[in-house]
Amino acid sequence: MSEKIGVYVCHCGTNIAGIVDVADVSQWAGEKLAANGVVISRDYKFMCSSLGQELIQKDIQEQGLTRVVVAACSPHLHEKTFRNACQGADLNPYLCELVSIREQDSWVHTDKVAATEKAKAILSGGVARVEHHEALEPLRVPIHPDTLVVGGGIAGIQAALEIADAGFHVYLVEREPSIGGHMAQFDKTFPTLDCSACILTPKMVDVGNHPNITLLTWSEVQKVDGYIGNFVATIKQKARYVKIEDCTGCGICWEKCPKKVVDEVFEAGLGNRKVIYTPFPQAVPKYPVIDAPNCTYFLKGTCKACEKFCPTGAIDFNQQDEEITVQVGNIILATGYDLFDVRRMPQYGYGRLANVYTSLEFERLGNAAGPTGGNIVLRDGKTVPKAVGIVHCVGSRDQNYNPYCSAICCMQSLKFAHLVHERTGAEVYNFYIDMRTPSKGYEEFYQRLLEEGTHFVRGKVAEVTNLARIPEEEGKLIVQVEDTLIGKQRRIPLDMVILSAGIQARHDAKEVGKLFGISCSADAWYIERHPKLDPVATMTDGIYIAGCAQGPKDIPASVAQGAAAAARVLGKIQQKEISLEPVRATVIEEHCSGCRICNDLCPFSAILYLEDKKVSEINPALCQGCGTCVAACPAGAISGTGFSNEQILSQIEGLLLLNIRQLEAVPA
Amino acid sequence: MSKPKFAMYWAASCGGCEIAVLNIHEKILDVDANFDVVFWPVAMDAKYKDVEAMEDGSILLTLFNGGIRNDENEHIAHLLRKKSKILVAFGSCACEGCIPGLANFSPINEIVETAFSTISTDNPQGIRPQTSYQMPEGEIHIPTLYPVLRTLDSVVDVDYYMPGCPPESHQIGAVIDLVVQVLQGKAELPPKGATIGAGNSTVCDECKRTRNVKTIKEFSRIQLMHADPELCLLEQGIPCNGVATRSGCDARCPTAGAQCIGCYGPAEGVIDYGARLVSAFASVIDANDPAEIDRILDGLVDPAGQFYRFNLAGSLLKAGKSAFQRSNV
Ligand SMILES: Cc1cc2nc3c(=O)[nH]c(=O)nc-3n(C[C@H](O)[C@H](O)[C@H](O)COP(=O)(O)OP(=O)(O)OC[C@H]3O[C@@H](n4cnc5c(N)ncnc54)[C@H](O)[C@@H]3O)c2cc1C
Ligand code: SF4
Ligand code: SF4
Ligand code: SF4
Ligand code: SF4
Repeated sequence: MSEKIGVYVCHCGTNIAGIVDVADVSQWAGEKLAANGVVISRDYKFMCSSLGQELIQKDIQEQGLTRVVVAACSPHLHEKTFRNACQGADLNPYLCELVSIREQDSWVHTDKVAATEKAKAILSGGVARVEHHEALEPLRVPIHPDTLVVGGGIAGIQAALEIADAGFHVYLVEREPSIGGHMAQFDKTFPTLDCSACILTPKMVDVGNHPNITLLTWSEVQKVDGYIGNFVATIKQKARYVKIEDCTGCGICWEKCPKKVVDEVFEAGLGNRKVIYTPFPQAVPKYPVIDAPNCTYFLKGTCKACEKFCPTGAIDFNQQDEEITVQVGNIILATGYDLFDVRRMPQYGYGRLANVYTSLEFERLGNAAGPTGGNIVLRDGKTVPKAVGIVHCVGSRDQNYNPYCSAICCMQSLKFAHLVHERTGAEVYNFYIDMRTPSKGYEEFYQRLLEEGTHFVRGKVAEVTNLARIPEEEGKLIVQVEDTLIGKQRRIPLDMVILSAGIQARHDAKEVGKLFGISCSADAWYIERHPKLDPVATMTDGIYIAGCAQGPKDIPASVAQGAAAAARVLGKIQQKEISLEPVRATVIEEHCSGCRICNDLCPFSAILYLEDKKVSEINPALCQGCGTCVAACPAGAISGTGFSNEQILSQIEGLLLLNIRQLEAVPA
Repeated sequence: MSKPKFAMYWAASCGGCEIAVLNIHEKILDVDANFDVVFWPVAMDAKYKDVEAMEDGSILLTLFNGGIRNDENEHIAHLLRKKSKILVAFGSCACEGCIPGLANFSPINEIVETAFSTISTDNPQGIRPQTSYQMPEGEIHIPTLYPVLRTLDSVVDVDYYMPGCPPESHQIGAVIDLVVQVLQGKAELPPKGATIGAGNSTVCDECKRTRNVKTIKEFSRIQLMHADPELCLLEQGIPCNGVATRSGCDARCPTAGAQCIGCYGPAEGVIDYGARLVSAFASVIDANDPAEIDRILDGLVDPAGQFYRFNLAGSLLKAGKSAFQRSNV
């Protein structure tokens, strides 16, 4: 054994020491692992503190340690810390191994004796492995200064503008014909009741006009290759059938288009649009799209009214989908949310009882630019309701649907109560379980509603029905609810019921997450790198998240996250280059048979087949050390630094304490 | 000066290895010229007690073929180890278990049942072998079967491995040449534990078929299609094991038009042949839909035979050593 290994066992306060007998582990390592090269073994309260790090550095310098093993928390947290500490004492940082006896041991066990034994095994694995470590130099690669923002809701808009204003180029990809997201559908925003369009559209226009923003609407990302600093994204631009060079956005085409369809997206099914359309008058960009599956020309081969009337000849029925690839250094995902599908709760009657509305429908109903011009009327288009019920927590905080609180719907329900009251003078009933108004100005808004005379009934609505039991209920919607404040069942007859549906992850969030290589929670929200300390980064370097894609939140929080993600990206761009883990794969030429199994597998196209030599070769500048080819090569001809067979197998042997047993075994 | 001593033994094996040695033609004369053959049951008469009487370490070279299936195999393995300077695990059975090792999938009683009761077996009295039997002359014994077959090196320390089922005659000849040269002081022995008489890469390296980037949409059996004689078989969906099998055989099977079935064992440094091959095949299957993947995999009709035909007892699965230890506690 030529290596001199120092072992450091951390208490992490009581996080580890509360369950694991750290002194015993450290003493055991000093004795039992001495034959494996351990020359010094210590335990210390907080290894990550500067005093803890100095301890390691002092030993490296005074004892001439050639390897360091720290038994503490997960490498996610402090691998860098201890590597840097080693580097500070002139030991190559990659000769340090951090093994986790917190996440993988003390936090998941209650039996102190067993946990202590497990800590010894984990440590022994690290000691056995570290012997095979090599000194490595990090690779430095330049960061591409352009950024891809996916999703043009308020979060994505904010992020794009921040980066573009700072002087860097942004590609903003939006799936719909216009940016704006959900916010564009609202009339007023809580708690200040500013007009949503008035505060949103200037930002949309900025995006549209910004010299540093390439806006790609009616587009979707198909494929992402590469890694932080050097992503290549393939984007599909769906055919608009409108030449944007020629279109002036005059609107004659959609005026003349003879066919109307229900607008399920922007009008939430409450209103119609033409087949050639922009979702709303202030759409950015101003160019319409043809909804080909519904277009009479595409269906029957005749019509072309839009083409006939377009004054600039901008309609082009022959346009094809286009694929473009862009190179970017960082990516922000701001894909937002979907509304909970209230049809999943048939007891609330949506779809069966005409005057039951979803919250988004009501947003359109109350919107001055909406299908009724902002008049709050029943589905018949004329009757003004005299009594309106608003049901909170629909699909939220319910073990049968979404267990979480959707965070915005209490305030949104209060906003609706105010609008109904103000515009119709109707009696308003809010049915809530708990009232959640925790942000700035929100509780005050609630107070205002209390003063306005809204009725607040605390209880979960059991049912919305039209089956009358008494004459006063005839022709009404009846809400059946237990009023838990008075301890009584109540039946309240109403003209209109609004279901404040919860918000949930996009239906395709999981697939989109996979495309970008980030993970989702069980509810399909994108997972942040750290729930408190790193809320907009993800576990994948160079990919950030913002807005409701990360979890339910209101507009101010979405904007804050968009700006935060932009700041993180700008920070990376300013660094100009980043150092990458020097974990790379290499082909051992004499073992390679040139079978070509590996040739098509590399996600970074790092593998090249050399026709003349009939062997494969890996380009170290492109290889990211993902390990795909290492696992695939049937000849065992590819080896990955940091994860060689030797390293992994000796770690397993160490874990199984074979390194000790072999020495202790009595000869047979 | 007396000639160095040579021995060869067969444990659980088919006998093909012995034939392969005889098949080296006139080279066999070199063996005779350079060695004193002291023990080789297939070729000459000798008794175990003669070997027991030899001095420890007195045999220079022993080629041991066959796996360890019963107590006699194990006894002779220990004996020859003690008496030999160089012990070579010779052939696939000794190296990695080979076909006899596939029996590790079945318990002994099933193996015996099958062997003594199949349609082709003439056994009207339904006799089953007993390990001991009382005869008028006294009690006689036959060796006791072990629960599993083990490789030679899980029983004794092995100096070299010579793969192949059987090893190719030209490779045997080359190894004999080498030992002779070592004896004459003209060459050095390879490091202990090395694989000898084989190449450093895989069968594809010696295969002349053209190969491209691989994408497999379907596995098929060679008898069910007309394979292109020039193109890599694996690319045609014939599950050729050449990609994972150690070179040394001159790619005989793929050259003759049949897929490599893996008799030369894993490539240098590979710990589990079958696992390597599984992950290689899986990597080039061209489908993302789970149902489609299942359909493609169904084309591999006998996965155990495909991936572990020669390697089961010697694999990481170790349907060998650890299973043996468990059933012996
Ligand atoms: C009925 C209702 C009323 C509300 N009222 C208020 C209010 O008054 N005040 C307030 O603060 N908050 C309110 N909210 C919350 C508010 O809607 C959100 O906080 C905000 O819209 C979140 O913005 P976002 O950009 O994260 O998501 P979104 O607005 O959902 O935007 C996401 C964008 O990404 C696009 N997209 C999605 N997937 C892809 C993809 N794969 N590729 C490309 N583009 C994609 C979408 O088309 C969309 O344009 C309300 C919510 C509801 C349901
Ligand atoms: S914000 Fe209010 S209405 Fe929405 S889920 Fe939470 S408690 Fe229910
Ligand atoms: S490890 Fe192999 S597959 Fe992965 S990036 Fe490197 S060369 Fe490509
Ligand atoms: S898979 Fe392995 S043996 Fe085959 S070409 Fe690639 S590196 Fe060479
Ligand atoms: S036919 Fe078999 S041995 Fe030949 S190149 Fe293809 S996989 Fe390799």
